[in-house]
Amino acid sequence: MKKNAEDLALRLKADFPNIISDPIEFRGEYTCELLDPARLYEVAKYLRDKLDFDFLKDSTCIDEPDQEKRFTLVYELYSYQHRVQMRLKTRIFAKKPQISSLSDLWESANWQEREIYDLMGIQFENHPDLRRILMWDGYQYHPLRKDFPLEGKATQCGNIFTEVAPLEGGPFVTLPGNTDTGKREPRSRSTDSKF
Amino acid sequence: MNLTKFLGYDGKTEGNVVITTMEALINWCRKYSLWPMPMGLACCAIELMGTGASRYDIARFGAEVMRFSPRQSDVMIVAGTVTYKQAQVVKRIYEQMPEPKWVIAMGACACSGGMFRSYSVLQGVDKIIPVNLYLAGCPVRPEALLDGLMQLQHDVMQEPVLRKQFRK
Ligand code: SF4
Repeated sequence: MKKNAEDLALRLKADFPNIISDPIEFRGEYTCELLDPARLYEVAKYLRDKLDFDFLKDSTCIDEPDQEKRFTLVYELYSYQHRVQMRLKTRIFAKKPQISSLSDLWESANWQEREIYDLMGIQFENHPDLRRILMWDGYQYHPLRKDFPLEGKATQCGNIFTEVAPLEGGPFVTLPGNTDTGKREPRSRSTDSKF
Repeated sequence: MNLTKFLGYDGKTEGNVVITTMEALINWCRKYSLWPMPMGLACCAIELMGTGASRYDIARFGAEVMRFSPRQSDVMIVAGTVTYKQAQVVKRIYEQMPEPKWVIAMGACACSGGMFRSYSVLQGVDKIIPVNLYLAGCPVRPEALLDGLMQLQHDVMQEPVLRKQFRK
């Protein structure tokens, strides 16, 4: 029998009352926050086996350098059985960016976790093959962290080198909001104005 | 005096003859068989494909034989964004091409990194290999690529092939 997303989210909350926050609904999508990242594997296994979330659509990571719990891991789950979606979030400390791997629960987690490791520097425990996936082996940095400069850093690793890119006054960012294009476009502003 | 007669050549039965220098002949052969090594790395490669297809038809200039083996190609067309990770591959393929070889940097990305002023993109393919021709555009239109190819053919005709050899 099909269940709707709200029932499943409430059941998750009922079974883990102390570590799962109240589900938040936004446009029909439910988000639950896991308060204790150490128990991620247990909760994920429960979601897969008991609540039939058989597909991990995507997992990603958010970096907020000014927060004590700097990294937020986001897991987008989908259940083909019930045709519903669920988002699981958990926040981890900057000091020890480490969390258990879900790659033996969902195959798709394998490469997604490698990508998060590569670009954000999160260590996944018990991952079968935690290597870089986009950058090359031997690159020292995690370039999607907010404190990594857009223009990059000069490195040398075997034959592969990187250089600092010339930004020439950039990055040229269009301002958000509804003011007209003349005000939003970077070329219309003077070079010393704040972006 | 008739030159062909002088050379013991009968124009009536054997057709016309052109007298030229060896160097011009070699360059002429090279000029019309510039086999490209299509180094298609991003969106510009789509225009490269368009140039090869029937509407623009690069075959009219003798460059239709896209070789996916560097050992059989003469001109490397770097079409697209060269990332640092790809850069070493581009360089190795260039080094595998036999002499004489030429390089066309096609598009803003291959010329200078283009709009990608970022940590992962090589700021111009000329940092790793010598470039003969830079083509502006994002992407480069097929007409521009053909124009560039003709320019390259013009350059090929100027190469001092034999003079270079005997000067040593
Ligand atoms: S120059 Fe423009 S079209 Fe060509 S590869 Fe770069 S971004 Fe794509």
